[in-house]
Amino acid sequence: MIMKVSDSMTSPEDILSVEHLSMRFGGLMAINDLSFTARRGEITALIGPNGAGKTTVFNCITGFYKPTMGMIRMTRQNGEEHLLERLPDFIITRDAKVARTFQNIRLFSGLTVLENLLVAQHNKLMRASGYTLLGLLGSPIYKREAKKAIEKAAHWLERADLLDRADDPAGDLSYGAQRRLEIARAMCTDPELLCLDEPAAGLNPKESLALNTLLRSIRDEGTSLLLIEHDMSVVMEISDHVVVLEYGQKISDGTPEHVKNDPKVIAAYLGVDDDEVDEAISEVESLDGGQGA
Amino acid sequence: MDYFIQQLVNGLTLGSIYGLIAIGYTMVYGIIGMINFAHGDIFMLGGFAALIVFLLLATYIAGIPVALAILIMMVVAMLMTSLWNWSIERIAYRPLRGSFRLAPLITAIGMSITLSNFIQVSQGPRNKPIPPMITEVYHIGNITVQLKQIVIIIVTAVLLSIFWYIVHKTPLGRAQRATEQDRKMAALLGVDVDRTISVTFVMGAALASVAGTMYLMYYGVVAFNDGFIPGVKAFTAAVLGGIGSLPGAVLGGLLIGLIEALWSAYFTIDYKDVATFGLLAFVLIFKPTGILGRPEVEKV
Repeated sequence: MIMKVSDSMTSPEDILSVEHLSMRFGGLMAINDLSFTARRGEITALIGPNGAGKTTVFNCITGFYKPTMGMIRMTRQNGEEHLLERLPDFIITRDAKVARTFQNIRLFSGLTVLENLLVAQHNKLMRASGYTLLGLLGSPIYKREAKKAIEKAAHWLERADLLDRADDPAGDLSYGAQRRLEIARAMCTDPELLCLDEPAAGLNPKESLALNTLLRSIRDEGTSLLLIEHDMSVVMEISDHVVVLEYGQKISDGTPEHVKNDPKVIAAYLGVDDDEVDEAISEVESLDGGQGA
Repeated sequence: MDYFIQQLVNGLTLGSIYGLIAIGYTMVYGIIGMINFAHGDIFMLGGFAALIVFLLLATYIAGIPVALAILIMMVVAMLMTSLWNWSIERIAYRPLRGSFRLAPLITAIGMSITLSNFIQVSQGPRNKPIPPMITEVYHIGNITVQLKQIVIIIVTAVLLSIFWYIVHKTPLGRAQRATEQDRKMAALLGVDVDRTISVTFVMGAALASVAGTMYLMYYGVVAFNDGFIPGVKAFTAAVLGGIGSLPGAVLGGLLIGLIEALWSAYFTIDYKDVATFGLLAFVLIFKPTGILGRPEVEKV
C-alpha cells in the first residue's frame, strides 16, 4: 500500500508512525490504543517493565502479528508510504525497508558469516542473476553485482569487527559476535528503519560500549533506529527519544531527560502504592498539562 | 572378478537413477520437513512425458539423431514435470503449510494415488514399450558395458554437479539453505519464502524426470505404477544417506543400486529388497540420522 505524502497528516520527519495500535490475544490486551512516532535520523527507544508489550509492538511492525486494530505507517525517504500492518513479512523488508533483529539470536548458524550477509541481499542478487539462469551462464551483470554484494558484506563485517571470521559458520561465533553479526546482517538489507530488540542483552560492559558506538554511527549515516532496551545506561546514553510502555499503554514520551524524571515512569519501574501513583500523576499534570498521558 | 565388476557397473547405473530421484525427496524434506510421497509418481510422469515426446519425434521427424532426440526428451520431460510438481505444491501442499504435521503427508499420499490413477486412465494400464535407442555395447576384457549405462552415469554426474553448484554457490541456493534453517528469519531478510519452496519442488521434479527418461531408455518400458517401487527405493536411499543431505541422497542411491545388483548376482534375486531394507534398518539403528546426516544439536 503506497500513498502520497500529501494524503497523510504525519510530518516528513516522522519515519514510523504508530496510530491507535491494539493487539489482543484472547482475553489479554497486549497493546491497548498505542500511538507514537519515530523520527527520521533519530534513535528512538521503546522501554518499559517486563510484559509491557514492547516486543509485541515490534512483531506488529515487522509482520509477525497482524494487529487487532490500528495503523503502522512507514514513510520512506523518497516519500513512499507503506502501511505495514497490511504487508506480508518479506515485503516489509524488501519494499518498506524495515529490518529487525531478535532478542534471542536468530542467525543461520549453518551458513558462514559471509553467507548470512549475502542472504540479506537476496533480492538484488536474484534480479542480477536473472533468477539464477544468467548467473549460471556467468553473466557479467551478475558478476558485478555479486562483487558489490561481497564488498558491502565486507564493509559491514569490518564495522562489526568480524572480518577475519567471514568464512566460519555463524554458529561458531561468540555470543557478542553473533549479536554484532545480526546487526550487520540487518544493515545489509539497506534498511531505512532498523528495529533492534534488546541489542545489549548479555553483553559485557566493553562490548556494550562498542555497540553504542556502532549504533550511533549507523544513525549518523542516515538509518533511523527503533530499539527495545532494558539496560538504562544504554538507553540514556544513545537515544534521542524515549517512549515508555506499561501494560500495553504509553505512559511517557519525550527526551531521555524528560522521561527519566517522569514520576509515572519512576513509579512503573520501582513500583509504588496506588495513591502514590495518583499523587505522582496529579503532580505531573499540574507541571506540564498532562503531556505525557 | 570380471563378474563382480560387471555387477558393479550395473549397480552404479541403477544407483544413479535412484540417486537422482532421492535428491527430490531430500531437498523437499530439507526445506519444509515434509516427505513428498508423490515424488515417485513425478518420476513416472517424467518417463511418460519422455515416451510421448519420443513417439512424436519418431512419427514426425524420422531420422533425427539419437543424441538430439534424447536431449529433447529430457528437456521437455523436465519442463512438463516441473510444471506438474509446481502446481501440486501450489494446490495441494501450500494451503496446508502450518497445518498439523500429518496433513501434508496424507495429501502427498493422496496426490501419489491421484497421479498414478490419472496416468492409468489417460494412458491405459499396460506397459508402454519403446524400441531400444542406444544399442552400442563395449567389451573390455570379459566385461560388457552398454553405452546407455555410460550415458546414464555421465548425465547423473553432470546434473549433480550443476545442482550442487546451484545450492552452494548461487543466491537461490543460499536462500534455500537459509529458508531451511529459519523460514521466518529468511522472510524478514526479504526472501520470498513461498517462491523459494516452489523452486525447490521444481528442481526436484526436473531431476526426477531426467531419472524417468533414463529409466525408460534403460529398460525400454514404462507403466503407470512404475513410480511406486523406484519411489520407495529412492526414499530409502535418501534416509540411508541422511535425509536433508544432498551428497547423502546420491550416496544412498548408489549404495542401494550396488546392493541390489550384487545381492542379485551372488544370492537369490527374490531377497534383494530384503537386503536393501535390512541395510536401512541396520544403519538407522547405529546412526539414526543416516550416513551423512547431521545430528540435530539441541541447545540448552
